[in-house]
Amino acid sequence: MKNITKLGAVSALSLIIGASAAFAEDIKVAFIDPLSGPFASTGTNGLHQFEFAADYMVNEKGGLLDGKKIEVVGFDNKISPKESLIQLQVAIDQGVRFVVQGNSSGVANALTEAIDKHNRRNPDSRVLFLNYAAVDPALTNDKCNFWHFRFDANSDIKMDALTDVIAADDEVKKIYVIGQDYSFGKAVSAAANSMLKAKRPDIEIVGDELHPIGKVKDFTPYSRKIVSSGADAVITGNWGADMLGLGRSIIENGFTGPIYTYYGAGSGMTAAFGDSGKGIIRLISEGQVNPPPTPEASAYYDAFSAKYPEGNIDQTRISNTIGMLAAAIEKAGTADDVVAVANALEGMEYESMWGGTLFMRPNDHQLIQDMHIAAHTNEGITYTFDSSDYGVLVESTVEMASKDSESSCEMKRP
Amino acid sequence: MDLILVNLIDGLVTGLLLFMLSAGLTLIFSMMGVLNFAHASFYMLGAYFAYQISIALGFWMGLLIAPLLVGVIGAGVERYGLRRVHQYGHVPELIFTFGLALLIEELVQFIWGKNQMPYNGPEILNFTAFAISGNSIPAYKIFMIFISVGIFLGLLYVLTKTRVGMIIQAALSYPRTVEALGHNVPLIFMGVFGVGTALAGVAGVIAGPVLGTFPGMAFVLGSIVFVTIVIGGLGSLWGALVASLLIGWITTFAKSYNIEMEDILNGIGISTPENLDDNIFRDFWSLTSPQIADILPYILMVLILIFRPAGLFGKRIQ
Repeated sequence: MKNITKLGAVSALSLIIGASAAFAEDIKVAFIDPLSGPFASTGTNGLHQFEFAADYMVNEKGGLLDGKKIEVVGFDNKISPKESLIQLQVAIDQGVRFVVQGNSSGVANALTEAIDKHNRRNPDSRVLFLNYAAVDPALTNDKCNFWHFRFDANSDIKMDALTDVIAADDEVKKIYVIGQDYSFGKAVSAAANSMLKAKRPDIEIVGDELHPIGKVKDFTPYSRKIVSSGADAVITGNWGADMLGLGRSIIENGFTGPIYTYYGAGSGMTAAFGDSGKGIIRLISEGQVNPPPTPEASAYYDAFSAKYPEGNIDQTRISNTIGMLAAAIEKAGTADDVVAVANALEGMEYESMWGGTLFMRPNDHQLIQDMHIAAHTNEGITYTFDSSDYGVLVESTVEMASKDSESSCEMKRP
Repeated sequence: MDLILVNLIDGLVTGLLLFMLSAGLTLIFSMMGVLNFAHASFYMLGAYFAYQISIALGFWMGLLIAPLLVGVIGAGVERYGLRRVHQYGHVPELIFTFGLALLIEELVQFIWGKNQMPYNGPEILNFTAFAISGNSIPAYKIFMIFISVGIFLGLLYVLTKTRVGMIIQAALSYPRTVEALGHNVPLIFMGVFGVGTALAGVAGVIAGPVLGTFPGMAFVLGSIVFVTIVIGGLGSLWGALVASLLIGWITTFAKSYNIEMEDILNGIGISTPENLDDNIFRDFWSLTSPQIADILPYILMVLILIFRPAGLFGKRIQ
């Protein structure tokens, strides 16, 4: 009797240990982005897309390395670099090895620096930084490091593709550049100025302006200046509430030319622009949603819509991030040795379901991919955004944009 | 010259909107002696309620019903929340309103989500009222001006010309005397709180389509409302009006004209350092007015607090 009790206790104990071991084996991915405040919608939508990508692409297909699952854990950084570093420490203490972040290059700059430092000091708990949306070029140039990988095109690449399209349009003579006053907004402005000058010296930049980020209540004075400058087109890197506020205000005050945006779709914006934005709002981004590029993409989108009826896949790079991370972990054969995973990511070529091949450039960890200019419209849209009738339709494509662009990155490898 | 007129109109719209918020807040302050941190949250509730109602019944019903709802909720908050907390002093009241602001924001996110709401103005006002040298003034803005001016005149009339207004004014200054004369002062307070929050609700209803309806809208406007009533003088309706318009025009003009710090400094006789790139004040020299437009009201507040602590029209002097 005593033996049976013992046996029972031992087997119960081993079951518990086994179960907790299996649980601990989950590959944790820390999602550090704003989940409250003015940019909460952008962050929350990103988190949903990450969770879905992990479940759909990895967990439901049996996981990685004999059944390990990817678990995405959200950390609210309130869009503050300081708060992000605290959340990073919390994440590392919880045993996270992979950090994803995207909203605000200011935050990304702080994170990449902190992670570089952390990895040098703590070789046993190194982490990788998978940047899915912070597009300040410096992150893969001067400030690059071995631990940082960028899955979005940086703002120079986007601007390169965008200015190619603008340069081909002879009707555009005057351009107004406006953005948020921080590193990314400045990078957009600098790139627009230098690239337009090189490609179309006859185009005049009639305005080049920065406004405080997340603080402007009413954009009317800015749009007044844009309208009265006689600009044919506007370029803006704004995002979140700043994008919608600016866009609406420009349109409301009588502007009819194209507004080329980096982030002018999804997160409620497409529905809010509605009819007024048709033929005006343009989006430069990677990944094609309309027309659907592949049957896999359609199946993925349908499954996402079934789970989040009001959600959008407005960041196809998120599924690319999870897909490439999964492929790298499989190739490296480990999820704990992040150096091996990083080495597997370097130079990886990945067939994206959103069309085209992705190439992780080894020298600066910048992903090279097709770039698309899409228009906000309600015609020919298969997958609408924000449960409205509107969506973005690809108008033109630049294949493997800026594949041979230069990088000032001098990477130190471990 | 044309642009000045356009900017005057734009600044007027911004200022009047701010006034509708600060009018209620300043009334409530003179009543309770405590700032209502949740005031901007009632503004947000107004916008969300109006959005929800506008889906079913159209914009105009939203404009009618949403402020009433907000006012009723506000009155309820005073009756069942603040009045109980009041006996414990000012600090608990302050903390109560602060907590309420957080609660309302979470509640809004819980019900409507974190996305922008596609809340739009009425179709009938979706045209250009007139244009000044290419700058169109949307009819909706003119509508906003009329609504806010109407509310101000109405408020002024009720407060200064009617019996109710006189009792309110008396109750605000000498609650005990008024009570002794047989008036129900707690009821008056509840009414003032309700009307104040309803005003914030109206502001939300008409500002939602222009400034966007999202969970951060209270946060974005919250601090500037406090600045407004501090500049105008706590408890003064005229002060709130003047300060609102002042802030509206200052920020609008600062954004519209690229005044550079370099020009200002040169103008007062300080010459530009030769090698600006190496200068430690480089960022200061290269400042432009649109960059700092939104912090100008805060600078103004600091100046007011230094030179006229009671505010422009304030009566209280400690």
